[in-house]
Amino acid sequence: MAHAASFGELEHVRKVFEPEALGRGAREPLVALDDASFAFAEGELVTLLGPSGCGKTTLLRIIAGLISSSGGTVHIRGRPVTGPQPDFGFVFQTPNLMPWRTVLDNVLFPMEILRRRDAAARKRALELLTMVGLEGFGGARPHQLSGGMQQRAALCRALVHQPSLLLMDEPFGALDELTRMEMNDLLLDIRARTRATVVFVTHSIAEAVYLSDQVLVFSKRPATIVERIGVDLGYPRSAAMRYTDRFTQLERQASRALGVLHGNAAQTAAA
Amino acid sequence: MGDTLKRIVYPPLGIAVTIALWHWYCVEFKVPTAVLPTPGQVLQAAIARYDLLLSEAWVTLKETLYGFALAFALGVPIAVAVATSRTLNLTFYPILIALQSVPKVALAPILLVWLGTGFESKLAIAWLVAFFPIVVDTAAGLAATPRELVELARSLRASRLQIFTKVQFPAALPFVMAGSKVAVTLAVIGAVIGEFVGSSEGLGNLLLTATSQVNAPLAFAALFALAGLGLLVYGAVVLIEWLLHPWLPPAAREH
Repeated sequence: MAHAASFGELEHVRKVFEPEALGRGAREPLVALDDASFAFAEGELVTLLGPSGCGKTTLLRIIAGLISSSGGTVHIRGRPVTGPQPDFGFVFQTPNLMPWRTVLDNVLFPMEILRRRDAAARKRALELLTMVGLEGFGGARPHQLSGGMQQRAALCRALVHQPSLLLMDEPFGALDELTRMEMNDLLLDIRARTRATVVFVTHSIAEAVYLSDQVLVFSKRPATIVERIGVDLGYPRSAAMRYTDRFTQLERQASRALGVLHGNAAQTAAA
Repeated sequence: MGDTLKRIVYPPLGIAVTIALWHWYCVEFKVPTAVLPTPGQVLQAAIARYDLLLSEAWVTLKETLYGFALAFALGVPIAVAVATSRTLNLTFYPILIALQSVPKVALAPILLVWLGTGFESKLAIAWLVAFFPIVVDTAAGLAATPRELVELARSLRASRLQIFTKVQFPAALPFVMAGSKVAVTLAVIGAVIGEFVGSSEGLGNLLLTATSQVNAPLAFAALFALAGLGLLVYGAVVLIEWLLHPWLPPAAREH
């Protein structure tokens, strides 16, 4: 049962896609998500870790209010989520910048939709671009930027309207390993500065452990939460932590929960 | 030779070689003028009758541009309607696709009966052939809008109008331009077909008259004028595309 003082609370969230919604050939309803319950506090970074296609992205979209659940409830700050929430920020797997806009105009897109595009918004957008290391790229077009730089701009776009909750759907999955590690540090840095609450979807065990306060491990479809791992590493984190015993232990725990590592705790700890 | 120099020198060189070959063929094999005039004879006819060519070209140009403008003005809203409303899509898109497969040229005699031999029938045929590429390409462009961009806008509770003007339409614009390039070229063909079927003016009519009078140099001059007209309207659309280029992603601009 979720704690009463939680920032976000999910209770028995289910998602079943009806055959009609799945398109031709589908006869059986698809249970994408079977009974997910968890809670997180304000300022926490929670990771949903699971195999590809296990329904964790579906869960993230339900939290965002982009799709409805088939059962259960989602509460953020004590209020039920029933539709899109303008004070959430969303980062997709791919940057999805608009090629016809400059980087700065892309970052300001949410402010435009919310009709709050003014001098203050512009100032904040420029500050965010500086924070992610894109100072001076505001006037550039997205195609002039590398994949990692585009994703940094997408991160600025998700943060420009000062969202209370940042939802990230495997945002660094398409990047190379080095860029990904860099982006992990950048995310932690931004989160420390903005005190944003983050729900992060990934299928990388190392990324989940490195970033999170709390890792929720999902099973294959129909997805259920098989384990909750509290990460007690403390912040700020640095690359050196990746090689500590505690980090390895946590990774091992997550691997076992995912079913990719077999055997009991004593054996694997001794190994 | 530098690449820039090659770009400047080679294309005119190609044209010059082609014209020279053409001239040589006519002279060497003593081809009758009525069958194939020499380039010189065509040029002479063009210079002698340039006022006639210009006035006839003006007629054809007007038919083309009005037809294209009407196709654009009707095609884009219809594409928007079928791309954004599922009801309209299911009701009308099959009809549109079925109509597209009708050879539009075959409709020319019927349109002539309905609208007479004047400007209206040419406009209608030019409109008809230009209409479908604009509708189909615009609808395809709207449908190809990245789902995530629409979701991003939706997550901020954007109105349908905001989603359309700020996301879907700009995303579809490269497709609209691609359709327009095809459509404007087809509009020239449509106008000429209309003139062939029944007309007393325009380059198509001039071509027919000159051929029936065995005036091959003038017929060829009319043919070149038509080619020039086609290039002119196509170039105009490319220019508009270029002026809009901040909107267009580089990949779409390349082809």
